[in-house]
Amino acid sequence: MSGHDQFMPVPAPAPHAHVGADVGRTMRRVQLALLPATVFGFWLFGWPAVHLFLITVGASLLTEAFCQRLRGCESRLWDGSALLTGWLLALSLPPWAPGWIGALGGVIAIAIGKQVYGGLGQNLFNPAMVARVALLVSFPVAMTHWVAPLPLGSAGAPGFIEGLRITLGALPVPDAVTSASLLGHAKTELSRGIDLAQVLDAAGGTLSAWHGARPGSLGETGALLLLLGGLYLLARGVIRWHIPVGVFAGLALPAAVAHAIDPGHYLSATTHLASGAVVLGAFFIATDYVTSPNTASGQLLYGIGIGLLTWIIRSWGGYPEGIAFAVLLFNALTPVIDRYCRPRIMGRTRRGAPIRATQGSAE
Amino acid sequence: MLAAILSLTILGAVLGAVLGVANRFFQVEGNPLVEEIEALMPGSNCGQCGFPGCAGAAAAIAAGQASPACCPPGGRSLAVTIAQRLGVSVDVGGADDPGPLVADIDESICIGCTRCIRACPTDAILGGPKQIHNVLRDSCSGCAQCIDHCPTAAMVMQPVPITLQQWFWPKPASQG
Amino acid sequence: MGFLDRFLRAAHFSGGVHPDDHKRPAADAPLRVMAPPARVYVPLVQHIGAPARALVAVGDHVRKGERIGAPHGAVSAAIHAPTSGRVIAIGDIVAPHPSGLPVRGITIESDGRDEWGELEGCDDPFALDPAEIGRRVAQAGVVGLGGAAFPSAVKLSGGLGARVELLIINASECEPFLSCDDRLMRDRAAEAVDGIAIMLHATGAREARIGIEDNKPEAIAAMRAAVAGHARIRVEVIPTRYPMGSEKHLILVLTGREVPAEGRPSDIGVVVHNVGTAVAVRNAVRFGRPLVSRIVTVNGACVREPGNVEVPIGTLAGEVLAFCGGLRADHGGPARLLLGGPMTGMQVPTLEVPVIKGTGGILVLDAAEVGGGPCIRCGDCMRACPVGLLPLEIAARVRAGEVDKAAGFGLADCIACGCCAYVCPSRIPLVQYFHHAKGELAARARGTQRNETIRTLTRAKAERLEREECDKAEALARRAAASLAAATAAKQPAAVAEKAVEDANQESGVCA
Repeated sequence: MSGHDQFMPVPAPAPHAHVGADVGRTMRRVQLALLPATVFGFWLFGWPAVHLFLITVGASLLTEAFCQRLRGCESRLWDGSALLTGWLLALSLPPWAPGWIGALGGVIAIAIGKQVYGGLGQNLFNPAMVARVALLVSFPVAMTHWVAPLPLGSAGAPGFIEGLRITLGALPVPDAVTSASLLGHAKTELSRGIDLAQVLDAAGGTLSAWHGARPGSLGETGALLLLLGGLYLLARGVIRWHIPVGVFAGLALPAAVAHAIDPGHYLSATTHLASGAVVLGAFFIATDYVTSPNTASGQLLYGIGIGLLTWIIRSWGGYPEGIAFAVLLFNALTPVIDRYCRPRIMGRTRRGAPIRATQGSAE
Repeated sequence: MLAAILSLTILGAVLGAVLGVANRFFQVEGNPLVEEIEALMPGSNCGQCGFPGCAGAAAAIAAGQASPACCPPGGRSLAVTIAQRLGVSVDVGGADDPGPLVADIDESICIGCTRCIRACPTDAILGGPKQIHNVLRDSCSGCAQCIDHCPTAAMVMQPVPITLQQWFWPKPASQG
Repeated sequence: MGFLDRFLRAAHFSGGVHPDDHKRPAADAPLRVMAPPARVYVPLVQHIGAPARALVAVGDHVRKGERIGAPHGAVSAAIHAPTSGRVIAIGDIVAPHPSGLPVRGITIESDGRDEWGELEGCDDPFALDPAEIGRRVAQAGVVGLGGAAFPSAVKLSGGLGARVELLIINASECEPFLSCDDRLMRDRAAEAVDGIAIMLHATGAREARIGIEDNKPEAIAAMRAAVAGHARIRVEVIPTRYPMGSEKHLILVLTGREVPAEGRPSDIGVVVHNVGTAVAVRNAVRFGRPLVSRIVTVNGACVREPGNVEVPIGTLAGEVLAFCGGLRADHGGPARLLLGGPMTGMQVPTLEVPVIKGTGGILVLDAAEVGGGPCIRCGDCMRACPVGLLPLEIAARVRAGEVDKAAGFGLADCIACGCCAYVCPSRIPLVQYFHHAKGELAARARGTQRNETIRTLTRAKAERLEREECDKAEALARRAAASLAAATAAKQPAAVAEKAVEDANQESGVCA
């Protein structure tokens, strides 16, 4: 009986079974959930959007590979996390933004947003949102240059080469197609002292159409499909309901109250929920494992906080959209939330002291 | 202008007085830290740390001139205790750390001269004249004072053997 | 109603996992009995507590059931010869443990007759005093057969001090692959219930509840039939969820009450025994038969004939596997040998480890998928933890070497069930982090204790030396004075005496 070489010389500790999940599968599921909205966005905004997407994702992957080589650690390029970060960033950019915006964004997201902290799982802030905010404050013009939808195949839509030239900045975006997003439009008009009711009437349905054929980022126009994707993630157990519901509630409740009090100054709850990156943010960005709290109560608190802060920024802040800022601020609060929202340990009170023994008859 | 000068002067005077009073009343006699650390140390004054006795080592540790891990007989647990008391971090237990050493006697060489017994500060060696000696592992502080006294080099320092009850899983290799 | 009841009960403990149970077909194969092998290797410590002391010498002839190791200390258990034969060695054998370290044990060469020694039986155990039952159980070396191997007598006869109201029989067998308790209940239900009745008598509890997971319908039916005549014993069907067999979780599910942290079940008037232990108690009390064999599940993808086998204690795992048809090379070939279940069992480096009282299973699995990545803080471990801990936070502290901070996150409450590592998508060896941290804390506590001892000893020796010096000086002074007096009296030259005085003064100067 020669046992020693037959079995592993260095035994591993228990458990010796595994449920079978891995990080790559989670990332693939999130990407699958993003796919319909992305494809819809490609169709809506044509080739420039496709090129921008590829550049952003490509830059993310290249940066990831470069940083991992620099840090001398094992390559984990294909676990899908860098791809996802680039993808989410691309969804939050103006679809016809110049390519260098996407490339720079990808580099910032991965290098500054993630790898400087020590790579996957170590970052304090959501990498995609770090990049988006960095781009927004550095290049406000390019980052707020929205275009009206010009679906593939429609008259005047740029072809593959033309699209590439737009993305690479060789061809200026024709003024005829530039437009404003709903939130931006409302903010501008409000600051000019015009009542919101008139603003929205004037804009008609084109700015706030639920089906998404309106100016905005891919993540904004594909809101309905992203909602479907989010529900898929919930059903698969990739994310839990606490953060999305918290974000929606935190945004909708104050919006509804304020709108009821002064409809001239405050957008309605439905407009808030349907515009900007709320759906993308609630299901895909705020739920980022690494930068959100762990416990159910913590997640609810975090979600509500993001929703509330988004409403405050949108209503009173300098920027028309506030999801990215709200997410980053609450990313910073995550360690604090985690500290105070801990599950109760069996046999202990919430404060951690052993519960009192209740000697007596069993039931 | 005058009011400003006056008020700042008064402020300075009052704060100075407070500091003076605090200095008078809260002053600490000697350095209790040194005594506290000395009380934690084995007290066998073996000198392996390179300081004159445990008191010298305690003073050096308190002054920051020596690492809390400088005491081989105290081992990791002492290093951690002192580091906690001082509020500093200490690197304990590297991969090649053999752990605490204890004395062992090669019975085939021991002549029973009892010199080691007299040298042992913790009475951890048993035996009489012309009888083979033996070390009580649990009582040996690992100070190695017996080694130099042995005329036949029968004394050796050896790591404490790990038993089934004491074995525990090593820390997993770090994740990428 | 039953459904609602079950639903409400299950809601009592959060977390837990539902691993594939892999219990069949091994559980359905009939129980086989293995004859004693040519040699048995019996470790002197097979239980929680102090090792037993060997009572035999090399060359002694022992009969089956003869005591060969005596308990040593308050928590310990006796060891008996699993078969008749000659003691051929007392020394180190490979421990059934991942470390592969040696353990002291007795090797017996079988004489092939397998004859029992004298046994002290009892026709009516219910007439015995509970303390006497405890003594007989201790005498028989019975330990908890669920895996922890805590000496049963200590828990049986009020050794824990508190009054016991409820006896819970743990027959949940939540570990995947294992079916030894299932098989025992199917085949020996009447014996088990008799044992439970004896335990009920010994503990003085009012009633006994047998908790069986609902994935064992045959065992439930058999036990229900067996308890038919006993008013104070009930079979409770509980949902299948790992770690239902954890003592504190089973109590929570069956009674709705939590055992206080840092406490014991007896604090709330409950005592928990494994169903296999009940049969061992019956054998010990009714027939005086000590615990010399146990049912072991032999299972895993690489075992040719999986099933349950009654194995003499001390049989090598390799021989048990050979009895089960040996190993098969397909499925990538055998790669891991486990003692116990896959969730908490121990991987051992060799086939040459003996079966001991706590060995519930011998599993041979194919190669594990290796992985391991960084923590992405997905929180799956937290949701899987049945105790309510934050495994990711504890592991992060341990990884950073901050064992004390890990303790602040409730490390001591971890039951090492393995749920967290089971679900971790990055396959982080979380349980190893916890084991390491617990071991490190224990080692530090031992070190502190040692330093304390050494300080005391150093001081004692210093004081003793001082005292001896003083005594010696005094004795010298006395002797000098006496000889001086004698010299004066005899009018002899005083030179010698003067020198003695001088010496004495020098000596006493040392301790002045």
